[in-house]
Amino acid sequence: MNVSFILILLLFGAIATYFAGDQLAKKVALVFSLASVAGSIYIFNQHMAGIDTNFRENWISNPNLFIALKVDGLSVAMLLLTTALTSIILFSSFGNQYNNSKNFYALVMFMSFAMVGTFLSADAFLYYIFWELSLIPIYFIALLWGNGDAEERKKAIIKFFIYTLAGSLFMLVAFIYLFQKAGSLLIGDLYAIHLSGQEQFWIFLALFLAYAIKIPIVPFHSWQANTYQKAPAAGTMLLSGIMLKMGLYSVIRWQLPIAPVAAKMYMDVFIGLSVAGVIYGSVVALKQKNIKKLLAYSSLAHVGLIAAGAYTLTLDGLRGAVLQMIAHGFVVVGLFFAAEVIERRFNTQEISEMGGIRIQDNKFASMFMIVMLASVALPSTFNFIGEFTLLYSLYNANIWFAILAGTTIILGAVYMLKMFQHVMLGEAGAKVFKAVTTQETIVFVVIIAVLLFFGLYPKPINDLITPALQEIVTKINRQ
Amino acid sequence: MDNILQEIGMENYIYLSVILFCIGVFGVLYRRNAIIMFMSIEIMLNAVNLLFVAFSTYHQDAQGQVFVFFSMAVAAAEVAVGLAILVSIFRNLNSIDIDNLKNLKG
Amino acid sequence: MEKKLALVLLLAPFCGFLFNVFLGKKAGKSISGIIGTLSVLISFFATTYFFALLQSTGQPVQVDLFQWISLEKFNIDFSFLLDQLSILWLLFVTGIGTLIHMYSISYMHDDENMHKFFAYLNLFVFFMITLVMGSNLLIMFIGWEGVGLCSYLLIGFWYKNQEYNDAAKKAFIMNRIGDLGLLIGLFILGYLFHTLDYATLKTSILSNSAVLSNPLLSIAALCLFIGACGKSAQIPLYTWLPDAMAGPTPVSALIHAATMVTAGIFMVTRMHFLFDLTPYVQDIIAIVGTITAVVAASIGLVQTDIKKVLAYSTVSQLGLMFLALGLGAYEVAVFHVITHAFFKACLFLGSGSVIHALHGEQDMRRMGGLRKAMPVTFWTMMISTLAIAGIFPFAGFWSKDEILMTAFHGNIVLWVIGSIASIMTAFYMFRLMYLTFFQEFRGTEEQKHHLHESPSLITIPLIILAFLAAIGGLISLPGNSWLNHYLEPFFNKAHEAHHLGATEYTLMAIATAGALLGIGIAYSKYIKQNQLPAEDSEIKGIAKVLYNKYYVDEAYEALFVNPLYKVSHFFRKYVEEAVSGFVFGLGKLTNEIGNQGKSVQNGSIGLYLFAFVIGVSSILIYLFLV
Repeated sequence: MNVSFILILLLFGAIATYFAGDQLAKKVALVFSLASVAGSIYIFNQHMAGIDTNFRENWISNPNLFIALKVDGLSVAMLLLTTALTSIILFSSFGNQYNNSKNFYALVMFMSFAMVGTFLSADAFLYYIFWELSLIPIYFIALLWGNGDAEERKKAIIKFFIYTLAGSLFMLVAFIYLFQKAGSLLIGDLYAIHLSGQEQFWIFLALFLAYAIKIPIVPFHSWQANTYQKAPAAGTMLLSGIMLKMGLYSVIRWQLPIAPVAAKMYMDVFIGLSVAGVIYGSVVALKQKNIKKLLAYSSLAHVGLIAAGAYTLTLDGLRGAVLQMIAHGFVVVGLFFAAEVIERRFNTQEISEMGGIRIQDNKFASMFMIVMLASVALPSTFNFIGEFTLLYSLYNANIWFAILAGTTIILGAVYMLKMFQHVMLGEAGAKVFKAVTTQETIVFVVIIAVLLFFGLYPKPINDLITPALQEIVTKINRQ
Repeated sequence: MDNILQEIGMENYIYLSVILFCIGVFGVLYRRNAIIMFMSIEIMLNAVNLLFVAFSTYHQDAQGQVFVFFSMAVAAAEVAVGLAILVSIFRNLNSIDIDNLKNLKG
Repeated sequence: MEKKLALVLLLAPFCGFLFNVFLGKKAGKSISGIIGTLSVLISFFATTYFFALLQSTGQPVQVDLFQWISLEKFNIDFSFLLDQLSILWLLFVTGIGTLIHMYSISYMHDDENMHKFFAYLNLFVFFMITLVMGSNLLIMFIGWEGVGLCSYLLIGFWYKNQEYNDAAKKAFIMNRIGDLGLLIGLFILGYLFHTLDYATLKTSILSNSAVLSNPLLSIAALCLFIGACGKSAQIPLYTWLPDAMAGPTPVSALIHAATMVTAGIFMVTRMHFLFDLTPYVQDIIAIVGTITAVVAASIGLVQTDIKKVLAYSTVSQLGLMFLALGLGAYEVAVFHVITHAFFKACLFLGSGSVIHALHGEQDMRRMGGLRKAMPVTFWTMMISTLAIAGIFPFAGFWSKDEILMTAFHGNIVLWVIGSIASIMTAFYMFRLMYLTFFQEFRGTEEQKHHLHESPSLITIPLIILAFLAAIGGLISLPGNSWLNHYLEPFFNKAHEAHHLGATEYTLMAIATAGALLGIGIAYSKYIKQNQLPAEDSEIKGIAKVLYNKYYVDEAYEALFVNPLYKVSHFFRKYVEEAVSGFVFGLGKLTNEIGNQGKSVQNGSIGLYLFAFVIGVSSILIYLFLV
């Protein structure tokens, strides 16, 4: 059985969810997403056993395009991340009542389908279609089920949509140019073509625009905070947990190996830009008053570090990037879920209107705290492994990069602890915080279990991704 | 035939047709009455026809004159359609001043 | 067998933590306290086993578990090492830890969250054991940050009070500044030697003479020292420790006096082979240590909060230890760490006993005359005070004397400053004793009525610690040092026995005279003249500067914190708007072009024709003329 069945499963899941009706929709969606997790684990086992589950079918003969899905360590890791997080996100939204919930859950499933497609595609055209396809469900999710003033929301969401769409067009231009050169858009053929330094530079830049907006890298981030704030919790989690990983994944899978000469030549510039994002995001987060915005900027800082690691073009950097992508995916979902849990009870996102929660619900405080500590990369959490590897790779590039990016260790602690102090600690306010439900607890426990387990024993993921990344490094270093 | 050209001179035909054409152009630009604009267009058309015929003679080639016949036929058909449109516009708007015809606004 | 026992040693406190987290509330206060104490006691017994094993075989025990982090050039394993140094540290961490747990059963009995307190304490001991036992720098780093976390949790234990939370946050962040330094140091070492394992690191540093000339080595050592500064509260990262006194007193005793703050000294001693090769960094360490010692001592002179005095005294003593480290006398620093752990833990626990008796009063101006009401507390604290002041034959006399002697042989200036710090120590410690235990009681009638000696769960640890503070010097007597002999295999060198000459005896005499001088001044001021420290508003002159800790907190606030927030504000307010505005601007521009273009399509046929003619003519002109 090849990997395409997961895509079919997810697409079918989206359709089934839609037809299940409002009552059953969430359960059907969860069943299908759990099935896709099981499928991913199956693919993982097949992959580790050395069984080929790639898929390739002729699609359009002229131009010469394929439906090609590639299974290697990297894409399996992302596949697992996407399906697992989708299940968690679906389950976490059980506590909310959505209008037209069948549409909502069908869109979430469809989004998962598109993102999995992006991670698996081995043909640039197919990849591009999935890439754009994933934008449509999140647009509707954020627009229709988001919070805050409708006009403001529309403004933020449309900005996000057009911004990312505009970035992607540059990617399309790059792919069209590459097609002229290679005569096919299969990833292997794209790796094989010889491009002059000049050509590589423009290709690199075009792809960079698309990815920098998606990730986002400063200064292409201005859509992020507002969109995260306005989107419903599930949407924010999808965006921050998985969707921005599409950009990072694409940097590793497409941008670097296709234009390695340019990547090497302008390495310092792009690392510098990413590191600037680390500092910028951390500093801006210091003064945020809205918890979701604060988390958005902290996410900006973290992905900046991931991007910086990827642009070092070393095995350590890429490995750190992938590890941190996974760790960050879980942690950011946990953090946004914590914000959502508070919002369900207090009906606000303003930090100044919170406080005194720990005294009322100690269990929630402890779980929130563990997730928060993971996000500031306390050793023995998964994020520490990623951050350590990334900073080490940055050190090998240039000691100043490591020192500057390392300020995230300090600043992250500052804004996170400050946020925690004002949100959770202190005397109980007038507002009553109802104890977390079992369903909410399960979400936290799963996330914490993942973060702690891989924090102490990251070897399985390491063994999974290292050969694939080794191959990409070889591709980057080809002459 | 040669004499005519020798007596009057080829360049004079060109001047004439240029002048006619320009009269047509300015007519189209300055007048607001659709019928007069229509007539100006016809003048431009005929200026070109004149040039065709003149050069046809100059080159001793009948093709130009054949073309002119076609052009006149098409122009006649065009006038018929155009006048019909104008009539229906007049019936609707009670005017054929083009400043009143702004429904094509983007 | 050894592997299993090592895991028991490590995991027993963690099991205690798990028990207290999940079952502590149900089990009740006493059970949760007993389980918490027992779990640390188990670790202590396991440590004594390893200690005995090491004494008989002389071989360190290495426990490898699994591969943890893999990098391109090397892997970092999850493994533990029990050698002379780590066992020594474990002995007093778990030993004093057990005593303080025991003490806390009584001390915290009125707190509704007692099970949580024990959970955090157990977690702390677990991380401290990890820190000490790790066989490479990164495992140590787990413990390093872990104890920082527990310190954060325990300082902010009474989390309803946002000021305590501020103190907790400050401690964590200051530590993190040091941690960044430490991490950079690790990167450099990993980059240079492709390992972070102590043993391998040692052989590759010592065998690789080419690396000696590499400036990175000094930078690495300096970075490690920055980490040590954060954890061990040295200038410029010391300001968190006095604030950390917001936590319950047993926490101050365990974490902020006896164990966690000595982690920096542990790490430098661990990496002694690196510091030995970087003389400049050693100089910096010695200078920083000395300055910290005297600055903290001078602040301690005028503090009125009993715990703050002890906190500054801790910072000052840690400074002395770093002075010894900077001079390469690691075993002397270790010696002082141990004696300091005894007497400072005793002092903190004693002050806790006092505070307990006075229902939370910490201001020495409201104490006095407690000697009669609390004899055990008084006598145990007195012994420890004599020890810290350096009076013969108590523990502190021997260890402090060794440090000063080393300083005298190293650099006379350091010796002078160190001696001044010691005189100050003697003064402010006796000031503390006089104000607390002598003269008349100055508190309220209500308090006076309730004055009582603390229960035996509190006094027993005090007596044990005071006993250790009295005789602790025996482990390293000059001329015949058991400690130096014990650490010989660790330092890889035979220690030449001190030869006690006239100089040494003179130095001892000077030190004792200095201590007596400090005590004498305190006596004349607070007993003979019966003075009292002024109320806050009346403090003037130098005393005011000292009382306000040289305004260092304010300076940091003005130099670092405020500018940072200003930058943040600027970014958020202007840069964010500008970037966002630029993107919106692009959108608006497109819109505007559309709007402008729209007006061209106004439906006026005349205009269309005009444009058409102009267009055609320009094309023609272009074609014919150009």
